[in-house]
Amino acid sequence: MKTLEFQNVTLTLGRRTVLASVDLVIDAGEFIGVLGANGAGKTTLMRAALGLLTPSGGRIRVFGEHPRRGNPLIGYVPQHQSLPAGLRLSGFDIIAGVVAGHRLGLPWLSRAGREEVSWALEKVGAADLARRPLGALSGGERQRLLLAQALIGRPRLLLLDEPLISLDPRHQQGMVDLIRDLQKELGFTALFSAHEINPLLGAIDRVLYLGGGKAALGPVDAVITPVVLSRLYGTPIEVVHLNNRIFVLAGNADLEAQPHLHEHHGASAGHP
Amino acid sequence: MLAYAFMRHAFAASAVVALIAGPVGYFLVLRGQTFAGHALSHVGFTGATGGVLAGISPFFGMVAATLLAGLGMGAFGAQLAERDVAIGMVLAFALALGMLFLHFFTAYATAATALLFGNVLAVDIATVWLLLALGLGSIAALAVISRPLLLASLQPELAEAKGVSLRLYAVLFMAIVAIVTAECAEIVGVLLVFTLMVGPAAAASRLTRHVLSGVALAAALALAEAWGGLSLAFYTDWPSSFSITLLSTLVYLAAAALASR
Repeated sequence: MKTLEFQNVTLTLGRRTVLASVDLVIDAGEFIGVLGANGAGKTTLMRAALGLLTPSGGRIRVFGEHPRRGNPLIGYVPQHQSLPAGLRLSGFDIIAGVVAGHRLGLPWLSRAGREEVSWALEKVGAADLARRPLGALSGGERQRLLLAQALIGRPRLLLLDEPLISLDPRHQQGMVDLIRDLQKELGFTALFSAHEINPLLGAIDRVLYLGGGKAALGPVDAVITPVVLSRLYGTPIEVVHLNNRIFVLAGNADLEAQPHLHEHHGASAGHP
Repeated sequence: MLAYAFMRHAFAASAVVALIAGPVGYFLVLRGQTFAGHALSHVGFTGATGGVLAGISPFFGMVAATLLAGLGMGAFGAQLAERDVAIGMVLAFALALGMLFLHFFTAYATAATALLFGNVLAVDIATVWLLLALGLGSIAALAVISRPLLLASLQPELAEAKGVSLRLYAVLFMAIVAIVTAECAEIVGVLLVFTLMVGPAAAASRLTRHVLSGVALAAALALAEAWGGLSLAFYTDWPSSFSITLLSTLVYLAAAALASR
């Protein structure tokens, strides 16, 4: 069964074409690593699947339907969430905000809602962490809570936007393993974006590599090759395998090691 | 001190305003928009003086001006947030315009002081009822939108994906803030709106880990500071706005010290 389908999809931000005439099909239960340079369209692709961005061309289908905001079948961990400084709210209170979060009323949880939040926290092993203020947690602990939040409501598709940002290598691996285990157990489909392939090796089923407005989807060995990447980057690319790690090089520069800059979206906090 | 009618009115009015300013302020602090409350009060000054000039009550002039400004800030807030010089100029001009309006009526100094620093002891019973009606409306509106507002405030990207319109809730919330700002100004004056709306809420958000306990503590602190300040003013003969602000500042400092232990 198809979870996510792009047919000849073009996505634009302002005047910039981020993806041009992209076709891809992601099947149920797949774990997809989404890679590409900064600004290649990883976040934009996820926002389009969430219905936050209407394609300027082509057709997107999520579970066979038009993308729509608030689709309960999709869980989402946005990239780089900043919280107000000095906030002492507990992690539990913050992640519980997503339970029926679009509905009017007081932020009181029903018993079922409370149990659902506890279940999600249990799944990521963060029941104790959630009692502490979110601001007092380390980057890895915080990501685990936000992952738990995305599991609330048992979505069938998880969109994880750069969940490894600001984690050290050990915690990066822990996060990837945790998501892989959850995905095996719960059977959801996952799109996991990262700006480096190595932490994802061995965990992902296929890789979706974005670059130059184009996309390449396939097994790691078929996509992370000089031929495919040179086409995406529009410049000669070398791929070096060393100790079970992969390095993508243009000339002498390691393309995946550049400092990370966030894609700019006009529609970020405050003004959709 | 409750033998005097003007003190009973002052206690009633400040209780109404404090119990509403605390919860609204809590959300203002969560959203990192405390400066917006301050900005609205400046615009309120212009509205109040303009109202007098136009022959309507200063309170209605103030509510109308803050409401308009609040709706504008809600709708264009994200664009405005990056332009602090522009906002500062607008605020300065609003105050100057208010001063010009004051220039045209006679009771210059007293009226100006009452607007800028509040005159809770002059509140009559009709004003108390008016404050109560507007206050109940504001708190009811806040209660109705509180769940999506909370998600939109804490995790805007996620809220959007869940189908929450960030702009809609920004506009609705700023309209509520505008009315409560005008209410606070009636008690402590336009320059000291922070005292009731931000001080107790900021202290409460540092001391609590849950939304509901934070809202409740913000309301309780605001009430305690308002009534404590009034009593202090009665026995010391200090201006009531000063006494309330003094307590608000002390409570905030104590909360900050407690939270950073």
